[in-house]
Order: sequence, then structure tokens, then C-alpha cells
Amino acid sequence: MNKFGCSPAYARRIRDDIDGVAVADLVETFGSPLFVYSEGFIRKKYRQMHTAFSTRYPNVAFGWSYKTNYLNAICALMHQQGSLAEVVSDMEYEKARALGMPGEKIIFNGPHKPAAALEKAVREGAMIHADHLDELYDLERVAQGAGQPVPLGIRLNLDAGIYPQWSRFGFNLESGQALEAVRRIKNGGKLRLRGLHCHIGTFIMDASAYSRQVKKMVAFAYKVEKLFGFSIEYLDIGGGFPSRNRLKGVYLTPEIALPSVDEFAEAVTETLSKELRPGDFPKLIVEAGRAMVDEAGRLITTVVASKRLPDGTRAYIVDAGVNLLFTANWYKLNIEIDRESGGVNEQSIVYGPLCMNIDVVDEGVQLPPLSRGTRLIVSPVGAYNQTQSMQFIEYRPAAVLIGESGMVDLIREAESLPDIIQREKLPDRLALKKLP
Amino acid sequence: MQKLARLAISEEGFVFDPASGDSFQVSQTGLEILAGLKNGKDDGEISRWLLEKYEVSMEDALRDVADFIACLKNAGLL
Repeated sequence: MNKFGCSPAYARRIRDDIDGVAVADLVETFGSPLFVYSEGFIRKKYRQMHTAFSTRYPNVAFGWSYKTNYLNAICALMHQQGSLAEVVSDMEYEKARALGMPGEKIIFNGPHKPAAALEKAVREGAMIHADHLDELYDLERVAQGAGQPVPLGIRLNLDAGIYPQWSRFGFNLESGQALEAVRRIKNGGKLRLRGLHCHIGTFIMDASAYSRQVKKMVAFAYKVEKLFGFSIEYLDIGGGFPSRNRLKGVYLTPEIALPSVDEFAEAVTETLSKELRPGDFPKLIVEAGRAMVDEAGRLITTVVASKRLPDGTRAYIVDAGVNLLFTANWYKLNIEIDRESGGVNEQSIVYGPLCMNIDVVDEGVQLPPLSRGTRLIVSPVGAYNQTQSMQFIEYRPAAVLIGESGMVDLIREAESLPDIIQREKLPDRLALKKLP
Repeated sequence: MQKLARLAISEEGFVFDPASGDSFQVSQTGLEILAGLKNGKDDGEISRWLLEKYEVSMEDALRDVADFIACLKNAGLL
């Protein structure tokens, strides 16, 4: 409940355009709901993040985390800016290749890399990061077939002071598991360790965690060099940087609660400077995903109905729900409206269109009385919502990209029935008889 | 309707329920709907009356009156 009473009219957030393009025009042309991405924001954010790291350390590369948003247009934008592709499955690998990324510019992470995918990735020179021992065995088989050593990286998990500690990916550092894996690589004689990867978690709100992570990675790199003679060419610190979104239960605004990009960059690069030997500059790879794209995405949705719940609460039903807004489960998303509305603000619930009780976009938001057809602009939704959207009950909507000049490009068409049923097979015996 | 009759309503929109001790604030339109209800008008009649007075569609008027009545019921005033 809002203990300060009804929020005043000036607290309403009105947005009738996105990057200068009228919300009404967008919906008229492309329908509702509609994902809208801002090219200008993405390019600006990339430059900001890249500058933060590259002005502090001389050898930096960014890897675009495909799973965050693998719309071709978004990936292509990131690659135009200079980003590598960071993929975590065969599907994502193929997507990056289909987009034109050469194998050597693809980082292949993830716990499931089928043997055929590994073989292809080795052949194409991808940067493969082994997640477990079974993958090392697979890679040794590939190397034997190829008749030459396969370069690879391994994934580490370690205690960086983050709770919960992520321990499911890669080899654990503190228990000695990672060192054993390197020993196995050395003894096998078919693989050559050249990189270390570690992803400490997601939506990390403490920059010093990266400092602890980098310190341990550098120490480990020198240890394997000394013990086994492998020269570590790069340190991939993963991602996990937060976007300017608001986790549920966090009362401070993101601007206050979250460290800036520069604070993260400072924590990483200052530790590198302290821990690396003079003259050593292994490539630093940063896999920023959420922080790069979340605020670039908005979802326009339309009020289709309103109702009073038995307890008197005002409720709205809109045409986009958790089928499209997966992150609404843990974020308090911003909700803006596209027009002025008379009447006082009232604590309201925003429900999605699914016939499912869990379909709640916001459990309590101050809204004035909204008429049918009012557009709500939900943000930031650029990260994970597109890729995790469900083909469930409703069709998935179109996505557009607003260019820096204000041009609007359709980057994904809205789905229709053939998208739902084209892979299905109906046995003849179950075919319904056609009426005469 | 008996509940409505017991309410003390000021011209400024202050509504007091002597039975519960609760007080409420309603807008000018809310006052007009309350007056209509006290005079025995149904939601259709009240909506048509609002239609003559304000620039609003019949659909919107009906929806808003229904919503206001739902609020009154929820507050125990109907």
C-alpha cells in the first residue's frame, strides 16, 4: 500500500512517443502488443561500457550475450559496434554463424555442447569454454580426429562473495577441481589451455565482487602457467552487470542502489593492474548482456478491459502478460501511459491476457482511471523478455527497431497460426471429417 | 437504498456514514451519481443523464457509473 496516500496527478508518467515516434503511430502500423527497441540507446550504451573498460585497460573485447536478446537486428547492431558473439548452445552458435560471424569471433559457453556442435566449433576456430570433464573428453576425441591440439578455455566457478554462490557452471576453484581439470588437459596432451572464463552471477549489485573474482582468476592463470606451462591469453569475466531496472523489494531507485558502469570497470581493471605482472596484458573479455540492452527495449500494450475486484481494487487487463514479460516476475517494471486521464490515481493491478492466475504484470501500481484502448508503455524490457517469450495461449507480437534517424524497421513479424502449428503432424485417423 | 438514505453528504463531496463512522470524499460527478441513486434512478438513467451533461460516450458513462456503484458497495454504502 502507498502510505503517502494517492499519488498526485503530476506523478503520472505520460509517454506518447518513443525516440520521437508516436506510440499511436507505432501501434497503428505494427499492432499491439509491440516490442520497441532503440538503436540510439544501444549504440550509446555500448560506447559507454566499452569506453569505461578500454580507457582503463589496453586489451578489451566485448562478447554479446546472445541469450539476452538474439533478435538478428540486435545481434547485428552489437557486432557492428565490435562485439564478439557469446553463445551458449548449438542453436545460438548456428544463429551467430548464419548472421555472418566467423567462428573465431564466437565464444562458445554453456553446459550443453553436443559432440557435433563441438566438432564444428573446433573446425571453425571458435573460442570454446569447457564446462565439465565430459566436455574435455569430447574435445579430446575431436582433437584426435583433427590430428592437432585443440585450443580451449575452461569455465571456473569461485567464491567472489556473492550469495548465492554460483557453482553449477565450470570447475570449482577453491576445491581444487579446476586445477585437476587443467592437469587432465595437460596429461591428455590433445588440448591446449589458452583462456579462463568465469561468470559469478547475475544482477550483481556489488562492484567489489568483480575485484575478488579477477584477483582469483589472475592467480589461477599464473598457477597453471607455472605448473603446466599453459600461457593464458585471455580472461573472460562473464557478465552479470545490472541494468537500471528495479528488483522487487528494493525501495531505492536503481540510480542509487546500483553501482555505475565506471565503478564496475574500475573494480575489474584496478585489480588487473595490481595482480598482473608488469607487461602482462591478457585480453579482458566482458560479456555484458542485460546491462547493455535492457533499457533499450520497451513493450507497448493496450488496456482491453477494467474491472473492480471484490476487495475494491481496480484491475486492468492488458494484451501482454508474463508470456511476453518474463522479467515481470522479479522486476518492478516502469509503467507509463500514452495519454492524460482525468481522475485520481488509484492503486491498481495490471493483469495480462492469459487465462492463468499467475499472469500479473504489476501487483500494485498507481494509475488514474484508464479507458479501454489506453496504451501502457512497459520498460525496461530489452533483456530476456524477447528470448524467453512464450508461444503460449497468445500469438507473439512484432518487434521494431527505431533507428537513430527516427526510421522504424520491423525486425520481427507478429506471429500467426502457421507459426504455431507448422511443426505439428496430425495422424490421419484423428483428422476431423470435413463438413459437406 | 436504506444505507444511502442515512448518509450525510455535503455540497463539497464529503460523505459521512453515521452507522460506521467512516467518511469519504467524492468528486462532483460522484455527488451527482449519489443524488441519482438516492432518487431511485438506475444506472442506465444516471448514465443517460451524465451523457447530456458531459462530453462522454454512453459506453464510458455506463462503465464509470458501474464502477462507482461497485465502489459504493465495496465501501458498504449500498
